[in-house]
Amino acid sequence: MGNESEIRLLGTAASPFVNRVQFALNLKSIKYEYIEEYLARKSELLLTSNPVHKKVPVLLHANKPPICESQIIIEYLDEIQPDLFQLLPSASLDRANCRFWAAYIDNKFFPLYEELRRTTKKAGQEAIKEQMIEATKLLEEAFVKSSNGKAYFGGDQVGYLDVVLGCFVRWIKHVDELNDFNTFDEVRVPELAKWAKNVSSHEALKSVTPGVETLVSFFGLLHIYKPPYQ
Amino acid sequence: MAEQQQLVLLDFWASMFCMRVRIALAEKGIPYEFTEEDFLNNKSQLLLDMNPVHKKIPVLIHNGKPICESSIIVQYIDEVWNHKAPLLPSDPYAKAHARFWADFIDKKLYQIGRNLYTTKGEEHEASRTEFLECFKLLEAELGDKSYFAGETFGYVDVSLIPFYSWFQAYETYGNFNFEHECPKLVAWAKRCIKNKESVSKTLPELPKVYDFVQHLRKQYGIND
Repeated sequence: MGNESEIRLLGTAASPFVNRVQFALNLKSIKYEYIEEYLARKSELLLTSNPVHKKVPVLLHANKPPICESQIIIEYLDEIQPDLFQLLPSASLDRANCRFWAAYIDNKFFPLYEELRRTTKKAGQEAIKEQMIEATKLLEEAFVKSSNGKAYFGGDQVGYLDVVLGCFVRWIKHVDELNDFNTFDEVRVPELAKWAKNVSSHEALKSVTPGVETLVSFFGLLHIYKPPYQ
Repeated sequence: MAEQQQLVLLDFWASMFCMRVRIALAEKGIPYEFTEEDFLNNKSQLLLDMNPVHKKIPVLIHNGKPICESSIIVQYIDEVWNHKAPLLPSDPYAKAHARFWADFIDKKLYQIGRNLYTTKGEEHEASRTEFLECFKLLEAELGDKSYFAGETFGYVDVSLIPFYSWFQAYETYGNFNFEHECPKLVAWAKRCIKNKESVSKTLPELPKVYDFVQHLRKQYGIND
């Protein structure tokens, strides 16, 4: 890998997408410099590194231009360090399957939590919870197929989907608590519930998971910048 | 013959996402069967079985196993048939860069473009502004290169070129002219059509897509 200061990560502690990249970096034992961004006052570095989306995470590797979007960053890390803790499987069909579920998680599953955070009317909240129940059913099935009886989506070892979904567990717990819901319910989705406990306690993720004060503070910011729907 | 039965594409002629897959397969010279789905009115049981999560096209069925989501399918094709016409570069950084722009195209263009022909008033105006901003970014990214990755037709070109077939529809309902707004992109699109048989044979005629969008609007109950 070379010089440790070669990799810098722009992030914010509460962001699950940033945690996702940190999880991957930790699994691969890649040392990096972490730069905390204050999203209410984005730095010049962030704005010039990600002019298109102006979002974290952003990976800066040596003198190369920045890499943005957490899934793209993780695939990049897999490619520059293929021998140490490969996250995506080698077989093309398995890779396609991982990418499919990763896209589902980011485009269909996680947005439900933002929707729920911003929905104040009871009927709306109930409708979203129904969708969450459906989504977790699908994820439970996907987990059972992928894990083949083992602890993780990746099998014995943490893999791509464990990283993609695992980073959301803490955030989801926080939204659940605010909304009298339990996403990873042991009766409804027993295997996924077990998995959520396992992945949360994995050292590579636990070490970067935000504490409750950080989450509360960040949710306060979100309340201002992305307030509840009228 | 056995080869041909192994690859089936569930397709819809006007879908820019399906066009991506057909272009990729043509670039690689891979024979396949395709089934035209009556996507709007009557999805086939095969589609519902092969893509139960999204129930959408394209779906590529390879030896009975489905692969869904056009960007994922194109990457799959590139990885499996890696001996010819590589679409993604081999350098990890260049690959990440290509994936970023394909992701940008995926996130923005279809939905905002759809607003152009389905919304009115303030929402339409906001969508028009955002749509043009997206294309200006793509124009800047292309710059003076022949293709997005430089001299060779690749992944980002495949992701974007199908949208060209929708240009007449976008221009009409968005009330703008692509030639004025992004001349380099228009030149690039014509270059792709001229130089790449995979593109010229796949893209439908612009007026045909425009007629289809008019038909869609009727179906959605949108009046002129």
